[in-house]
Amino acid sequence: MEEKPKVVVARTRRIGTPAKTFVFTAGMVPASGVLADYRQKAWQIFNRLSLPTMTEEAWRRTDLRELPADTVHLPTEGAFRELAPVPADLLKPLTADKPGGQVVLLPGGAKPYLSPELTKKGIIFTDMQTAERENPELVARMTGQTVSPEEGKFAALAGALAQNGVVLYIPKGITVEQPLNSLLWGPGVDLAYLSHILVWVDEGASVTYVHEAASPNENGSTLHAGIVEIKVSDNASMQFVELQSWGRHVWNFSHERVSVGHDGTLDWIFGAIGSRLTKNFSELNLVGEGATGRMSGFYFTDGFQHLDHDTQQNHLAPHTTSDLLFKGALKGHSRSVWQGMIYVAVGAAKADGYQANRNLVLSSNARADSIPGLEILADDVRCTHGATVGKLEQEPLFYLKSRGIPEKEAERLLVEGFFDPIMQRIPFEGVRARFQQAIHEKTATQ
Amino acid sequence: MSELVIKNLHVSIEQKEILNGVDLTLKQGEIHAIMGPNGTGKSTLAYTLMGHPSYTVTGGEIWFKGKNLLELAVDERSRLGLFLAFQYPVAIPGVTVANFLRSAVNSRRRVVNHEDKGMPILEFRKMLKEKMELLKMDSAFAGRYLNDGFSGGEKKRAEILQMATLKPEIAILDETDSGLDIDALRIVAESVNALSGPELGVLIITHYQRLLNYIKPQFVHIMLGGKIVESGGPDLALQLEERGYDWVREKYEETPA
Repeated sequence: MEEKPKVVVARTRRIGTPAKTFVFTAGMVPASGVLADYRQKAWQIFNRLSLPTMTEEAWRRTDLRELPADTVHLPTEGAFRELAPVPADLLKPLTADKPGGQVVLLPGGAKPYLSPELTKKGIIFTDMQTAERENPELVARMTGQTVSPEEGKFAALAGALAQNGVVLYIPKGITVEQPLNSLLWGPGVDLAYLSHILVWVDEGASVTYVHEAASPNENGSTLHAGIVEIKVSDNASMQFVELQSWGRHVWNFSHERVSVGHDGTLDWIFGAIGSRLTKNFSELNLVGEGATGRMSGFYFTDGFQHLDHDTQQNHLAPHTTSDLLFKGALKGHSRSVWQGMIYVAVGAAKADGYQANRNLVLSSNARADSIPGLEILADDVRCTHGATVGKLEQEPLFYLKSRGIPEKEAERLLVEGFFDPIMQRIPFEGVRARFQQAIHEKTATQ
Repeated sequence: MSELVIKNLHVSIEQKEILNGVDLTLKQGEIHAIMGPNGTGKSTLAYTLMGHPSYTVTGGEIWFKGKNLLELAVDERSRLGLFLAFQYPVAIPGVTVANFLRSAVNSRRRVVNHEDKGMPILEFRKMLKEKMELLKMDSAFAGRYLNDGFSGGEKKRAEILQMATLKPEIAILDETDSGLDIDALRIVAESVNALSGPELGVLIITHYQRLLNYIKPQFVHIMLGGKIVESGGPDLALQLEERGYDWVREKYEETPA
């Protein structure tokens, strides 16, 4: 009998065993205040859950083994005084000459502002610590309204230890004309920025809210983990713009969920150009009959950036409509993952769901993964999806160059053209200009 | 005076020789027409002059304004004063006609002055409006995505609009008459005539004589089998109109054995 060669598979390390662990301690969990219980529970969950590994479906394409968990610490009170200040550009409102309010979240501090006019109307727009002090009942009611610390290690971490937070409440029937802005400024290395954003747009109210997270590029590593919980009540409407321009040293994680009530509308815009690695979970829950949500995303990665975005459009009531368009361009050795799901629950008849993800891969070393999905448990629904990954085509490039436009600029024009359908969905010149600036910078480099 | 000189040009595409020895000299202010049956290499000549990467020059020379054109990149050729009106202009969704033309105009300015900030937007709009009026184009056209969803006539007019804006010294019109109805043809031809003069040399590439009823060339060349076989005056075009290409084929093509 022929002897078969013996194959020995040696595993020095099991895939999915993170090399490092966090060094946070129970003493860091705030013990007093209205959220004390919530935080304590979140802390227990944080300790119970392990870091996600690539054996989990949602994390199959995003590797955390290099995450320097053991080096990141919470910024100390007033740490911003020692760190890079907020660039003036970031404080300029992106949406109007003068915003109705602006909350700046800093390492170990915050600077809230709300115009007296809006304050008089009963609007609350401030940082988490101030809100906990001044509006404890509201904060307690809003915390955990759409996101649970059980959803993952990072959600639990942010739930337990978030130092930076925003609380926004629009009372019933109030329409806020001027946009509200917030900025999470996260300079420095070896830091853990943990944020928690709470929004409630009460019945019949409407608001535009722009939140940006940013930091300079630095040598080293920094972490951001955040929770975003938003409730758009019946007949309310919200326009929510999220911009992410973290430095290239930042590991960025978020769990976000918006629930939209009866005849409520949400227009949700995402822009991502920064970070070393990002994993976002963004979910739209259409809970009331006639609820509508639109999700529009743009991203542009280069170098060794890795952006992974999970989106979920949940149709949980009849006559609900969702429309998602994400467009991304990739350069260098960068990688993007978009994984989207439209879910239609039993009984959500006449649901209309759409999702599309388009990618433009500008370098042979870059890679885009695009994974649409549908799960439909109701009859009489309309759901469509599309996903593409393409390259710059030669003929348009030749055409532009034949008019005297240099190669680099021709490429940039084509990239801008690719993103134009997304830009058309953004009604703010400042936001568009910010992204166009990023396109300029990213296409200009090799 | 600008001059385009083509000497014994040989061009292949995917190792197949398409042009085998084209000679042609075209001066600013002159209008030439190259006619010939389909598949004789007329469009290959146009694309090669502009520098399309699919066409390989295997022999010969092209000189433009004293410079070796073959050593210049596509965009450099354009900025030197060469223009190609495409037979099939490609659609570029997301890029408006105005945005595209402004980039093209500003690229030219930056060659002169590296620090140039570009033509002021109001000045550009005014200039574009004038050119569009000249071409009887609706002002909304400037805001449409380039060639995206354009009709055949709109595409050709957009090509001429670009020509009017970029003011080339030598323009090649590749089958500009194809796909146009008689009204569109007249508008395009009138526009070319309005632009032509001592500053502009035009090379019209066409299959049919009909465009030449509107744009009068001083020189007519017949291309067959990858080279120019006959050159003459306007009467040569009329001769083709009357007698077709058969007599040319009989005269120059070897009869199959």
